Amino acid sequence: MADLRELYQEVILEHSKTPRNFKQPAAVNRSAEGYNPLCGDHFTVYLDMEGDSIRDIGFKGSGCAISKASASMMTQIVKGKSKQEASALFEKFHKLVTGTDAKESDLGKLAVFSGVSEFPTRVKCATLAWHTLQAALAGQNDAVSTE
Amino acid sequence: MSAVTERPHEVLEQQPKTAGLEVNEVRKDFPILSRTVHGKKLVYLDNAATSQKPRSVIDAMSGYYEGENSNIHRGVHFLSGLATEAHDHARALVQKFVNAADSREIVFTRGTTEGINLVAQTYGRAHVGAGDEVLITAMEHHSNIVPWQILCEEKGARLQVAPISDSGELPLDEFEKLLNSRTKIVAVAHVSNALGTINPVAAIVEMAHRRNIPVLVDGAQAVPHLRVDVQALDCDFYTFSSHKMYGPMGIGVLYGKAALLEAMPPYQGGGDMISSVTFKKTTYNKLPYKFEAGTPDVAGVIGLGAGIEYMNRLGIAQIEAHEHDLLAYATKTISAIPGVRIIGTAKEKTGALSFVMDDVHPHDIGTILDQQGIAVRTGHHCAQPVMERFGIPATARASFAVYNTKEEIDALAAGIQKVREVFA
Repeated sequence: MADLRELYQEVILEHSKTPRNFKQPAAVNRSAEGYNPLCGDHFTVYLDMEGDSIRDIGFKGSGCAISKASASMMTQIVKGKSKQEASALFEKFHKLVTGTDAKESDLGKLAVFSGVSEFPTRVKCATLAWHTLQAALAGQNDAVSTE
Repeated sequence: MSAVTERPHEVLEQQPKTAGLEVNEVRKDFPILSRTVHGKKLVYLDNAATSQKPRSVIDAMSGYYEGENSNIHRGVHFLSGLATEAHDHARALVQKFVNAADSREIVFTRGTTEGINLVAQTYGRAHVGAGDEVLITAMEHHSNIVPWQILCEEKGARLQVAPISDSGELPLDEFEKLLNSRTKIVAVAHVSNALGTINPVAAIVEMAHRRNIPVLVDGAQAVPHLRVDVQALDCDFYTFSSHKMYGPMGIGVLYGKAALLEAMPPYQGGGDMISSVTFKKTTYNKLPYKFEAGTPDVAGVIGLGAGIEYMNRLGIAQIEAHEHDLLAYATKTISAIPGVRIIGTAKEKTGALSFVMDDVHPHDIGTILDQQGIAVRTGHHCAQPVMERFGIPATARASFAVYNTKEEIDALAAGIQKVREVFA
């Protein structure tokens, strides 16, 4: 079961059990909802933006281990980053989980999600929170869907 | 969370009613069952989504394309005659299989969903008006919710929903209270796809008929597992899909009482559904062709017929007994695993076992089982209101067919133990 351990790495399981920033921050000026209708994953990402910079971020909702861990680690890594930096990071992360030419070294802790590329049906789980973040950054108020 | 921890009723623990089905022989009829998935033997437990197809169905369809292909009801030529005959033969098989009084009452559709839409858009549009009500239940598949919502929205009518209990049963007294003079049609699942509950359809029909309300039954999850007799049920419409009963995808059946079908306006216009056409006036064809516009899926109909012949050969009583035994064994085995909870514990069930695990999302269960070659459905099963009723986002669902074995249920149990290890 080496494959499964690649997907369900300890760090991922730990984040799914005790997600970080799993709350609505005190001050929120942007938010977006993300929904995967196929499996029912449903998250809201909350942002406290200072100009183009992410001053604070939190998320709430429910989903599988991959989607929850991804949301948790995303909030840790983008806090304090600019909108552009967050978008660039998503691009690299997307390449990592789809197995298209990504350098794990660029992604720091997020490299634990490299195993997702072996499980095409789970890519949407790993990227749901990121898509939702993009929608919140763009100021879209509609819910985003993976479908 | 709702109180759904009670164990299923003892009726599921009984010994099979009949024996005599050689499951290992049955398995040889299904080519796909010999393949592997991720290097493991395939354990296919997603039969409520679609069943696998026996060799006889695959051969019947390719045989049609290889030796008989031509359009039906068209030409005087030999092949058209063969195709028409094969098509008519399949209709007769369906009629006999569900014991309809007349083959004119058997309308071919693309599947259960189209059957329900057909009734909503023809009978429904003709009979449901502003302020009227359509009554469904809280355990319906989206396909028996959305067509009625569309109708109600168009007509200014109201969709009423009969509640279900914590065990996933339909309390008939609650249901009856919702029937009134404004109710114009009742639409109810024979068997719930998410919970496996068998609804007391005959009693529901009787209640509705006492008030002159017609009843449509969504039989997609019933026909593969139970002997269905539309005359005994006395339902007005009964609809089901070929692909869940060993036949091909893309074909299904709507049964309707002849008097109702005769009075209904057509669904789609086109070839085959007419008797004569002028720019002034078109006369519609007789039943069932009035509801079958355009060239039909002849190979699909032939495959459906072959699927029914296959079920007839095994014997529906034998299929029922085998699956009853499997569900009882699965319920006992899976509910004994710590941290696993069965969703849907009705006394009368067939086909499906939905479950959730403490602290593990069904999607993760599905991936870990898949790595062991075990196919189950995970998600909301196109029944989001059912998930909401039980306060859960999704379930994992193992669903059974005639070729499944107790060894496969043991494999499922071992797979669930693996899920527990990964998430320990």
